[in-house]
Amino acid sequence: MNFNLFSLIHGNFLIILVLYGAGMIIPFFFPRQPRFQNLIAHGAAIAASTAGVVLGVLGLFADSPPVFYSLSTLPLLSIQFRLDTLSSFFILVISLSGVPVSLYATGYVREFEGRYPMGVLGSLYNAFLLSMILVIMADNGFLFLILWEVMSLVSYFLVVTEHEKAESRYAGFFYFVMTHVGTAFIMICFLLFYQENGSFNFEAFRSSGLVMPQAIQALVFLTALVGFGTKAGIVPLHVWLPYAHPAAPSHVSALMSGVMIKTAIYGLIRVYFDFLGGQFPWWWGFTILVVGAVSALLGVMYALMEHDLKSLLAYHSVENIGIILLGIGAGMIFQSYGLSHLAALGLLAGLYHTINHAMFKGLLFLGAGSLLYSTHTRNMEEYGGLVRHMPWTAFFFLIGAVSISGLPPGNGFVSEWLIFQSLFLSFQIPDLLMKIFLPIGAAMLALTGALAMACFAKAFGISFLAMPRSHHAKQAVEVSLVMRIGMGIMAAYCVILGLATMWIIPLLDRVITPFTHISIAEKVISGRGWTIEPMGVTFASVSTPLLALVIVFLILATLLLSLLLGGWLRKRFYKTWGCGLNLKPRNEYTSTGFSQPIRQVFSTIYRPTVKLETEMMAESRYFAKRMRFELTFQPVFQKYLYDPVVRFFLAVADRFRVIQAGSLHLYLSYIFLTLVALLLWTTL
Amino acid sequence: MIESAVIQLLQAVVVLVVSPFVIGLIRKVKAWLQCRQGPVLLQPYYDLAKLFQKEVVASSSTSWIFTATPYILFSSTLTASLLVPTFLSQVPLNFAGDIITVVYLLALGTFFLMLAGLDAGSAFGGMGSSREAIVAALTEPAMILSIFAVGLTAGSTNLSTIVHKMALSHGIMSDPPPHLLALAALFIVTLAETGRVPVDNPATHLELTMIHEAMILEYSGRYLALIEWAAALKLLLFLTLLSNIFFPWGIATVMTPFGMAVGTGVWFLKVSGLAVLISLIESMFAKLRLFRITELLGVAFILSLLSLVFYYILRVQS
Repeated sequence: MNFNLFSLIHGNFLIILVLYGAGMIIPFFFPRQPRFQNLIAHGAAIAASTAGVVLGVLGLFADSPPVFYSLSTLPLLSIQFRLDTLSSFFILVISLSGVPVSLYATGYVREFEGRYPMGVLGSLYNAFLLSMILVIMADNGFLFLILWEVMSLVSYFLVVTEHEKAESRYAGFFYFVMTHVGTAFIMICFLLFYQENGSFNFEAFRSSGLVMPQAIQALVFLTALVGFGTKAGIVPLHVWLPYAHPAAPSHVSALMSGVMIKTAIYGLIRVYFDFLGGQFPWWWGFTILVVGAVSALLGVMYALMEHDLKSLLAYHSVENIGIILLGIGAGMIFQSYGLSHLAALGLLAGLYHTINHAMFKGLLFLGAGSLLYSTHTRNMEEYGGLVRHMPWTAFFFLIGAVSISGLPPGNGFVSEWLIFQSLFLSFQIPDLLMKIFLPIGAAMLALTGALAMACFAKAFGISFLAMPRSHHAKQAVEVSLVMRIGMGIMAAYCVILGLATMWIIPLLDRVITPFTHISIAEKVISGRGWTIEPMGVTFASVSTPLLALVIVFLILATLLLSLLLGGWLRKRFYKTWGCGLNLKPRNEYTSTGFSQPIRQVFSTIYRPTVKLETEMMAESRYFAKRMRFELTFQPVFQKYLYDPVVRFFLAVADRFRVIQAGSLHLYLSYIFLTLVALLLWTTL
Repeated sequence: MIESAVIQLLQAVVVLVVSPFVIGLIRKVKAWLQCRQGPVLLQPYYDLAKLFQKEVVASSSTSWIFTATPYILFSSTLTASLLVPTFLSQVPLNFAGDIITVVYLLALGTFFLMLAGLDAGSAFGGMGSSREAIVAALTEPAMILSIFAVGLTAGSTNLSTIVHKMALSHGIMSDPPPHLLALAALFIVTLAETGRVPVDNPATHLELTMIHEAMILEYSGRYLALIEWAAALKLLLFLTLLSNIFFPWGIATVMTPFGMAVGTGVWFLKVSGLAVLISLIESMFAKLRLFRITELLGVAFILSLLSLVFYYILRVQS
C-alpha cells in the first residue's frame, strides 16, 4: 500500500478522534452559555463528519485495508482498528448523514435550551457518532463489544433526554433491556469464535470461521442473527424500536433509525461474509429471506396504523431493514449455490438500500422533527394544511416520501428494483423450492411497496394537505434556515442516489468485491453508462436519469398540449363542495379513517378492538349527545412472546430471593464459599 | 437515433389518439347490450375537447399538489406507455425501463392522485384515496407474480424482449397452462388497476361505491381532461400488455413501414376486442362490495402463483 495514502488515512482518523473528543469535552467548560455549547458541540460534529466522509472515500480506494494499533496492557483486548472497504462504506453512511443532521441539530436543540442541559446533550451526541464510527472500525471482538455497549448506552441516555415523561423512561428501559439481550447473543457468537483458537482478534476469527465444525457454524449464524437482529429491529425482536426511536430528540431519532440500526447490518455481513468466508448452507440465506419478508410486511402494516408521525417512521425502519435483508438473503442463497455473480448482485442491492434508507429515513425524521418543533405535537390528527405554513419542510418531506415509497425516479426505486431483479433471477438456481419461494418473496416486497406508498400518501396527505385540524397547525411557522438546509442536503442525497446510479454502483461494487471475490460493476453498468442492467440489456434494464428526463420533458409537453387545446388557463377558486354544508376540518378524512379499509382487510393480523360509546339525548334516541370512539390493537408479540418470558424470569427471581436476605455476614460467607469452590475446581 | 425518436414519437401519438376511442367503444357496446342508442363513438374526444376549453374551478383549500398532480399523472402514464410495445415488438426506449418500471411509474401517478384526493379537504376525496390505497396494495403482489411468470418464458423482465420472444414463438400457445393462468391473473389485475366493474364503477358518482371518481371529484376543466385522458391511457396500456404478451400475432418484429402499419392495424383490432370483452363483463357482473374485492384479488394472486408453479413443474417433467 502507498505509504502516503496510509499516513493520510491515519492522520484523518486522528483528526476525527480529536474533533469528536472536542465536541464531547469543550461544551462542559461553558456551563452558562447554552447557545455557545450548542454551536461548539454540533460544529465539532459537522467538522468531524466531514472528515469522516473523506476517511470513508479514502478507505474505499485504499489497496489494502489500513490497520491502526494502540498499546494495551490487557491480555485479550488489543486496541486495534481496521478500515476495509466494508467499514469505509458504513463510515461513509454515518458521516454523510452526520453532516446535515448536525447542521439541523444546531437549530433544533434551541427547543431544549433552558429545559435540558445543553452540554450533556451535545456531548452525548458527539459520543454517539464517535462510538458508531469506532464500532464499525473495531478489529477485535472484545473491543467491538465494549464499543457496541458504549454505543447502546449513549443512545439510551439520548432516548431518555426527556426523562420527566413516563413514556420516555419506559421507552428507554425497554430499549435498555432489549439491547443487552442482543449484546449477550453477540457475546456468545464471539465466544464461539474465541473457543476455536483463543484470540479475540478478527483476524483469528477469519481463520477459525473456515475450519469450524458445521454445528458450531450454525450456532454462530443463529446467535449473530438474534444478537444483531435485536439492534436492527427484525420481527419479532422489533418491539422496542417503535418506542425508543421516537422518544429521542428528532435529530437523534434520524441517526438511530437511519444509521445506528445499520451497524447491525454491518455486523451481519461481517460475520457471514467475512468471518465465515461466505461458505454456508442454503437454509441460512433462506432464513434471512423469510425474516426479511416478514419484517418488511409487518413493519409497514403496523406503520399504517400509527398516527404518531415519529412512531410511524420508526415502524418503517423495521420495514426497510426487512427489505435490506431480502437483498442480502437472496445474495446468500445464490452464494450457497455457487452463483457468485448473482450473490454479488443481491448483496449490492442490499447495501444500496442500506445507504438509501439512511438518507430518506434521516430526511423524514428531520421533517417530522420540524413539524414537532413548529406544532409541539407528534399526533398527525392535529396537523393539516401545513404545506402552506411550512412549504420547504413539505417539499423535502415529499421527496422523502416518494423515495421511501420506491417510486421512480427516486433512490428507493433503484434499490428495490435491484432486489426485485435478484429475486427474479432465482430461476437460475437448480433447486425447485428456491425457484418458487424467491418470487413469493418478490410478491411480498411488492405488497410492502404498495402499502408503504399508501402509508406515505396518508402521512403526507393528512399532515400537510387540506385544512389545519388544530390550533397548533394553524399557528405553525416554517423552521429556521439551518434546519431547512439540513433537510435540503438530505433531500439532495436522495435525489443524487436515485439519479447517479452509474457512479454509485461501481463504488458499492468496490465494497463487496473483497467478500464475493467478483466484480460486477462493469457488467451491471452498461457501456452507455446511464442504465443499470444486471444481466445485459435484453434481460432487464432501467435508467432513472433517462426516466426523470422523459417525465420532465413530457410535463413540459403536457403544458404545451393543454395550451394548444384550451388556450391560456382560466382558473377560479371556490370552496370545496360539501353537499351544501360548509366544510370544517372535522369533516376531513382522518389518519385513522384513511387506514380503515386496510385495517379491516388485515384484521387477522391487527386484531383490532373497537369500543364505541354513544350517549343519546334525553328527548330523542336518534340524536347523539356525545360519542366516544376507542380503537386498540392487540400487541400480539408482547402478549404471546414477551409477557411469558418476563413472567418466567420474575417467577425464577422470586425463588432466588431467598438467598438475598440482606445480611452482610451471609453475603461474605457466599463469597468465601464461592472462592473455596473455585479453588477446588481448579485443583481438581 | 432519429429513426428511434420518430418511432417513439409515433407511438406516443398513436396511444394518445386511440386511448379515448377505447373508452368510447366500451360505453357504446355497453349501451347496445342495454338496448340503448348510447353516445357516439367519438364522444370521449368531444368531452376532452370541451373540458380543455373550460374554466378550472379549484377548491380554495388546495395546494400546489392539486395543481401539479394532473401533469405528473399524465406524463408518468405516458412515459409508461412509451415503454410498452404496441405496433413494434422492440421499443427503442426499452433500455430505460422494464415491466417493473412500468408498474412503478403507474404507481407514481396513483400516489399523487391519492394526495390530490386528500388535498381538497372533503370527505369524498379522502374516501377515494383510502379505497384506492387498499385496491392498489392488494393488486400489486398478483401483478408482480404474474409478470414474473410471464417473464420466465422469455427469461427476462424487459418488455420488448418478452413481446419479441412471444411473437417469435407462438404467444400463449407456446406453453399454454402457465400462460393461461397468468393471463387470467393479469386480466383481473387489469380490471382492478383501471377501475372497472367489478372492482370500481367508472360510470357512477354514488358516494358509497366510487373509488377513482371520488378521488378526482374536485377536478374540473383541463385538469379533469388530463386525468380522464391519463385514465384512458392506462386502460389502453393494460389492454396492450395483455394483447401483445399473450396474443402477439401480427406485431411487427422488424422495423419496416409496411410491417408497422400492419402491426398498428392488428393491435387496434386486438385492443378493441379486449375492450368489447370488458364491456361484456361490465354488463354481466355487478360491482363487488369493497371488502369482497380482497377475495377477487386473492384469486388473482393464487392464479399467478399457480402459473409460476406450473411453469416449473412442466419444465421438470419434460
